[in-house]
Amino acid sequence: METIITIKPLLAVLIPLICAVLIIFSSKHPNIRDGWSVAAGVVLFLTVLSMLPDILAGRVIQFTVIEMLPNLPIKFKVDAFGELFGLTSSFLWIFTTFYSIGYMRGLKEHAQTRYFFCFSIAIVGAIGIAFSANLFTLFLFYEVLTVSTYPLVIHNETPEAMSGGRKYLLYLMTAGIFLFFSVAAVYYYTGTTDFAFNGILDGHGIPVVMLKILFITFMIGSAKAAFMPLHSWLPSAMVAPTPVSALLHAVAVVKAGVFTATRVILYVFGVDLMGETGIGLMMAYFVCITIIVASFYAMTHDNLKKRLAYSTVSQLSYIVLGVSMLTPDGITGGMLHIPYHAFMKITLFMCAGAIIVTAKMENISEMKGIGRKMPITMLAFTVGALGMAGAPPVAGFVSKWFLLLGSVELNQLPILIVLLASALLNVAYFFPVIYTAFFQKPDKELTFGEASPFMLVPLTLTAIGSLILGIWPDAPYLFLELVNVAVRNVTTGGI
Amino acid sequence: MIFDNAPALVVIFPLIAAITVPIIGYYNKRLIPYYVTLVIFCSFIFSISNLRTVMQTGSISYTMGGWEPPFGIEYAIDYLNGFVSIVVIFIIFIVSIYAKKSVEQELPGRTINFYTVFLLLTAGLQGLIVTGDLFNVYVFLEISSIAAYALVSVGKSRDALMASMNYLIIGTVSASFILLGIGYLYMVTGTLNMADLADRLPLAFDERPKVVLAAFAFFLVGFSIKVGLFPLHTWMPDAYSLAPSAVSAMLASTFTKVAAYVMIRVMFTIFKPDFIISTVHAHTILAWLAAIAIIAGSVLAIAQTDFKRMLAYSSVSQIGYIILGVALMNQIAMTGGVIHIMNHGIMKAALFMVAGAIIYKTGIRNINDFKGIGKTMPYTSAAFTLVALSMIGIPPTVGFVSKWYLALGAIEAGMWVFVGVIMLSSLLNIVYFWRVFENMYFYRAEGGKVDEVPLSMLLPILILAALTFLLGVLALYPLKEIMAPMVQIILPG
Repeated sequence: METIITIKPLLAVLIPLICAVLIIFSSKHPNIRDGWSVAAGVVLFLTVLSMLPDILAGRVIQFTVIEMLPNLPIKFKVDAFGELFGLTSSFLWIFTTFYSIGYMRGLKEHAQTRYFFCFSIAIVGAIGIAFSANLFTLFLFYEVLTVSTYPLVIHNETPEAMSGGRKYLLYLMTAGIFLFFSVAAVYYYTGTTDFAFNGILDGHGIPVVMLKILFITFMIGSAKAAFMPLHSWLPSAMVAPTPVSALLHAVAVVKAGVFTATRVILYVFGVDLMGETGIGLMMAYFVCITIIVASFYAMTHDNLKKRLAYSTVSQLSYIVLGVSMLTPDGITGGMLHIPYHAFMKITLFMCAGAIIVTAKMENISEMKGIGRKMPITMLAFTVGALGMAGAPPVAGFVSKWFLLLGSVELNQLPILIVLLASALLNVAYFFPVIYTAFFQKPDKELTFGEASPFMLVPLTLTAIGSLILGIWPDAPYLFLELVNVAVRNVTTGGI
Repeated sequence: MIFDNAPALVVIFPLIAAITVPIIGYYNKRLIPYYVTLVIFCSFIFSISNLRTVMQTGSISYTMGGWEPPFGIEYAIDYLNGFVSIVVIFIIFIVSIYAKKSVEQELPGRTINFYTVFLLLTAGLQGLIVTGDLFNVYVFLEISSIAAYALVSVGKSRDALMASMNYLIIGTVSASFILLGIGYLYMVTGTLNMADLADRLPLAFDERPKVVLAAFAFFLVGFSIKVGLFPLHTWMPDAYSLAPSAVSAMLASTFTKVAAYVMIRVMFTIFKPDFIISTVHAHTILAWLAAIAIIAGSVLAIAQTDFKRMLAYSSVSQIGYIILGVALMNQIAMTGGVIHIMNHGIMKAALFMVAGAIIYKTGIRNINDFKGIGKTMPYTSAAFTLVALSMIGIPPTVGFVSKWYLALGAIEAGMWVFVGVIMLSSLLNIVYFWRVFENMYFYRAEGGKVDEVPLSMLLPILILAALTFLLGVLALYPLKEIMAPMVQIILPG
C-alpha cells in the first residue's frame, strides 16, 4: 500500500487548536470570536476533504510528529476508516457551530468564550482520534476529548449540572484509565501500538484468556460508545445545552467511542483473531442486549432529550454489532452507520434544541400541536426519526440493510431478529412524538413560530443530507465509497 | 580548571554562601535574594557539568583534599546521582526565584535568617546526593534535616512550631536508625566508603549475617521515615502544610526525593539487588508498602479541605510510586521510579507554588473557598490545570511517562495487582484534583478583576508547568541518554 507523507493530518488537528487560542484572545468581541469558529470549521473541513481523493485511490497519508517514548510516537495516519470519521466530524462541526451561535445568543448564555473554546478543543480531540496512527496517539486525544467536553456538559453550573458532569467525568475518566492499561498491555506484548489492517495482536503467542481480558478492558476503555451497562453517563450528560448534546451524540464523543471500539476490533485484534477466538460473536451478542434494552428505556422517558439519548445508546450498538460480525457486509453496515447515524441524530437534537429555545418545551407530552407552528422543524424531525427506524429512503435504511445482509451472511438468526425488533421499537418510541406534534390539539394557544435561521438552516440541511445519503448512497465521493475501501483494507489485510 | 572541582563545588558554593549571607545582609538586605539565586544558579551549572562529564567519560570519583579512598572522603557521581543532582538544584533554583516575594510577605524582617538556612538545606541536599561516603551521608542528612526543621518552624501559624517539633522527633529517630545502620556496617567491614563497602559486604555477610541484616533493617526503616513512606509519613502533612509557601515547595519536591535517592543508593550500590531479592526479600515488603501508600495517600488527600494539606497527602501517594518503581526490581519499573523523582519534583513544586500564590494573593487555603480564582488568577489557575492533568497522568505530560513505565514494569514483574493499584490511584487523583478545578472555574462565581501574583512568583510557576508538558513530549532524550545507562549500572539485567 502506498504511503504519502504530508503534514495535512497534523494541520487538521492544529486548525481547531489555533482557533481555540484565537477565541480566548478575542473574548471581548463576540462577532470576531464566533467568526473564528466558523472559519476554522470551514478550513478544517476543506483540509480533511483534500485528503479524500488519495484515500479513495487506496493510499494512506502519514505524518509522525515526535517520538515521545521509545517506539511510542505521536503519529497520524489517515486511512479510509479514519477519513470516514474525520470527514463526518469536521463536516457536522460546521453545522453545530452555526447552531451553537444561534442557540447561545438566543438564550443569552453566560461564559460563551469558555463554551466556544472547549468546543474547539473537543474537535481537536475528535479529529486527533480519527487520524491517530497508533493506540497511544488515540489515547492521548481520547483524554483531550474527555477533559474538553466536561466544561461543556456542566455549562449551566447548576447543582444538577454539576452532579451530571461528575458522573460524566467519572465514567469517561475511568474508561481512560482502562484504555491506558490496555494500551500498555498491547505495547508490552507486541512492542508497538501502531494499527495494522490485519491486527497487531495476532502471532505474538498471547494466551486466549489474556486476549479476552484485554478485549474486555478495551471495551470498558471505549465507554464513550455507551454500551450497557456503561451507558448511564450519556443520559446524565443531557443536562448540557442542546448544541453540546448534538456535539456529544453526533460529532465527537460517542462516535469517538465507537470509532475506538472499531479500531480495537479490526485494527488491533484483527478480523482473523476476533474470529478464531470467538470474541467477535460474543461481542455481537453482547451489544444486541444494549440495542433492545436501550430502546425500552427510551420509551419510558417523556423528556425528549433523554429519549434521544437512549436512542443513541441503542443505535451506537448497531455500529459495534456490524463490526463484530466480521463479515464484509456487516462491517460495511457498521462503519456506514457512523456518518449516517451522525447526520440523523444531529438533526433530531437540533430539532429538540429549536423546540426548547422557541417553544420552551422539553417534555413530549407538552408538545401538542407544535407541528403546525414549526412545520419545517418537525418535518426534519420526522425525517430523522424515520431514518432511526430504518425506513427508506432515509440514510438509516442503507446501513441497516447492510447489517441485515451481514447477519444473513453470518447465518445468525437471533441477530436478524434483534435488528428487526429494534426497528419496530424505534417506531414505537418515535411515532408518539410525531403524532403529538402534528395531530394532537394544543391545550392553549401557541404563540411562537419557527426558530431563528441560525438554528433552522442547519437542521434543515442535515435532514436533507440524511435523505440524500439514503436515496443516493453510492454517489461518488460519498461515504459508501470510503467504507468500501476501508472494508477491503481490513478483509484483505491491506494488500 | 574550575570545572574539575565541580563535584565539590556543587556543595561548597551554597555552603559558603550560607555563611556569607548574614555578612552581605548586614550591609544591604535587598541584595540577598539575588545573591542566593546567583549562587544556586552557579551550583546548577556545576551540576550540569558533572553530568556532562559522566556522560562523556564515565563515573566521577573526586577525592577530598587528595586523600585516596577508602581513607579519605570520596565524592562519587554516576548517572543516577548526576541526574538527581541536576533535578534537585534546578528546582531549588526555581524556588529561590519564587521565594523572594513570598518570603517578604510571610517572614518580614527575617529574610537573612531564612536565606541562611535555605542555603544550608541546599548544601545539605547536594552533599547527600554527590557523596560516596556513608558517614558523609549521615552528616549531610543531619545538616539538611536540621535546616528543614528550622524552616518548617517559622511558618505563620503557631501550629507550625508543633509540626516542626514532630518532624524533629520523628526525623531524629530516623537519623538514629541510619546512624546505627552505618555503625553496624562499619563494625563488620571496617570501611565507610560506599564502593569499598559493597566489595566487602558479601564476605562480612558470610561471617556475621545477623549484624548485616540488622544494619539493612535499620537503613530500611530509617530511610522509610525520611522518604515518608506510609505509614511512617505522619510528620509530612503537618510539616508541608504549615511551613511557609516557599519552604513547602522546596521540601516537598526535593527532600523526600533525595532521601529516596539515598535509599536506592544504599539498597542497590551497597547491598546489591541479589541480596535484596534472594536474601531478605525486602522488595516484596517495599512494593506492598508502596502500593498501600499510593492508595492510602490518595484516599487521605480526598478527605482534606486544606489545599496544602491535600497536596501533602498527595505526596505520600506519589512517594509510593517512586518506591514501587524501585521495589519491582526490573529495569522498566526502575526507570519509572527514578524518572518520577524528577517528574514528581517538578509537579509538586509547581503545585505548592500555586498554593503559595493563592495564599499570597487571597489568603485562602480552603478548597471550597476557591470559587472565582480561575477568573482573578487566570495564569496561576491555567498552570495548576496543566500540572494537575499531569498528576492524573494525561499524555503527553510527565505524569503519563511515569505511569507508563510503572505500569509496564508491573506487567513485566507479573504483578498485575500493582497495575490495578496504579489505575485506581489515577482515579483517586482525578477525584481530588477535580474538586479543585470545579471550585476554581465553575459554580458561576462572580468574576473579579484579574489580580495575579508578582511576576517573580508567576514566572517560576509557569516555567514548571511548561516543563511538565515539555519534558513529557521530549522524554525520549533523558530516557535514552541518562536513564538507560543508569538503570544498567544500578540494576544490571
